[in-house]
Amino acid sequence: MTVTRESKTFMLNMGPQHPAMHGVIRLVLELEGEKVVDCDVQIGYLHRAFEKHAENEPWNNVIPWTDRLNYVSPLINNVGYCMAVEKLSGLQVPERGLYVRTIACEISRVTDHLTCLGASAMELGALSVFLYMIKAREWLYQLVDKLTGARITTSYTRVGGVKSDLPPGFEEELLKVFGQVRETLGEVDALLTKNRIFVDRMSGVGVLSQADALGYGITGPMLRSTGIPFDLRRAEPYLVYDRVDFEIPVGATGDNYDRYLVRMAEMEQSMRIVEQCFRQIPPGPHSLTERQMVDAGVMADLGKHGETGKIWGAQAETDPTLEGSGRGCRTAVAASAPRYNLPVKEEVYGSIEGLMRHFEIVMWGRGINPPAGETYVAVEGGNGELGFHIVSDGRDRPYRVRCRPPCFFNMSALRKLIVGGSVADIIPTFGSVNMIAGELDR
Amino acid sequence: MSGLRDALTKGFGDAVLSFEGEGRDQAALVKPEAARDVLRALKDSGFNMLVDLTAVDFSRYGQDLPPGVTATNPAPEGSRFRLTYRLMKLGATEGLVLGRLAVHCWIVDDRGPASVKDLWPNADWLEREIWDMFGVKFSDRPGIKRLLLYEEFVGHPLRKDYPINKRQPLIGPKDERPRERLTGADLRPRIVP
Repeated sequence: MTVTRESKTFMLNMGPQHPAMHGVIRLVLELEGEKVVDCDVQIGYLHRAFEKHAENEPWNNVIPWTDRLNYVSPLINNVGYCMAVEKLSGLQVPERGLYVRTIACEISRVTDHLTCLGASAMELGALSVFLYMIKAREWLYQLVDKLTGARITTSYTRVGGVKSDLPPGFEEELLKVFGQVRETLGEVDALLTKNRIFVDRMSGVGVLSQADALGYGITGPMLRSTGIPFDLRRAEPYLVYDRVDFEIPVGATGDNYDRYLVRMAEMEQSMRIVEQCFRQIPPGPHSLTERQMVDAGVMADLGKHGETGKIWGAQAETDPTLEGSGRGCRTAVAASAPRYNLPVKEEVYGSIEGLMRHFEIVMWGRGINPPAGETYVAVEGGNGELGFHIVSDGRDRPYRVRCRPPCFFNMSALRKLIVGGSVADIIPTFGSVNMIAGELDR
Repeated sequence: MSGLRDALTKGFGDAVLSFEGEGRDQAALVKPEAARDVLRALKDSGFNMLVDLTAVDFSRYGQDLPPGVTATNPAPEGSRFRLTYRLMKLGATEGLVLGRLAVHCWIVDDRGPASVKDLWPNADWLEREIWDMFGVKFSDRPGIKRLLLYEEFVGHPLRKDYPINKRQPLIGPKDERPRERLTGADLRPRIVP
């Protein structure tokens, strides 16, 4: 008697809403038992028409949209978009502004990696690691809140600089938090790096070759895990990255475990960059002379009654979210370009010229008008090269904004990474690819 | 990088229409029918990464500008979309950028050049996104699928003539006809009065 074995495959739909998929994405899997024979990656469930909206809003109004691209490192998106507009307009950000932007970007990179590693560890069963990392992220978010007024929807940068200077005591607090983050990373390292279960699930799984990484246009930690030390901060330095010393961690095999190690090492480098920035940053207005402080509401009332003489030399005592954006602070962190910057509140309330300049910028149909032309600027985002290709025809809104989302390219290689493995391997691979749906689908 | 300028403008005759910019901003303008050949040659010469592929709809460029602002539409007669292939030469051992080049090509109507997904596999998704958003077809991909939007979506939203407030019909399961608006009768399980 002969036994005939028939090989049968079946289809399994994973996502778009699946407890193990952090982010809305649908994988249509063709399975042979546990083995993934083929896979169709379907994206677009979080498409919110970023590029279409950007064409219909004034230049400044696009900044809040960029927060919603990669929502775990929004500050890098803010910086990327503003750098593109500045390149088109030929604006130069003052030194202190460059350092503040660098600090903001590196804090964001740490929060990005913390989220990625925490979530992928949780999916492998290490829930305590997730809680530790999210706790560390929360400390950093609290400081981002102090800096920008919001934890995630930061909208911190402006064309020509940043919204406001560093709040008083920011350096001490951040360095203290870095100590705590380092402690957390040490704990996580002790829990995961040599953990048999974790290593078995991660090592040798989701292997990406150098040739594939280049062919799929993959950048960032995922490319570095294959051993290519490409980092835009080193390759095409922007902001102040050419003045600080940092190392580029690279992996050897390009598997999930290497991606974990690269991200762990990068967080330490990011914190080193911030510490060096604090040593180099030019002094800010908080170290300057004390000014006469007047409540902003009182100041506005005095201005309305024409008593501008009483408030001309004073500084507005504003809401905490506007702290650091007053007179004296602004010039240190943003270019003095009246056609591009909102005037400081003291001038808006205290002089007709300031009020007119304010409305020139916020009124529909006015706003900032970069010259006609196009440009492409790329920054190193949490996931890799985050590029903004903007086209202007000289009006108050962009003609076209194209965002080159780094994880779009990582995700286009996902099929390659999971086919041939088992269903259980999808989870660590998907985690280490670090899909951010907001940026992927825009 | 003047070597690249010479190689492109001399090596391809009139297929390369112009070459401008320098450093990171250098850009070549090629004819759409020759785009694939030029890109293949560029890949062979070391441009190992397709950083981005995108399109711009120039049909409203320079129209309705505020007073005092002028901009001339760069689109040649009969062309509306311009594709941009953004290439990078990445040194794999030292991790440095050895060159960047944007290859622009104006296409006639919506007839795009031949696909480059066999040169760089990420072009598969990028071309699907361009079809999805702009309705530009790639000559050897007749059955191309949308990427971000769903198959029943009507129109291509990043075209300038697609209104931003346009609504799409609600769609039900695949075997049912599209419905304009959900009613109580469409709810499952049905509400029995």
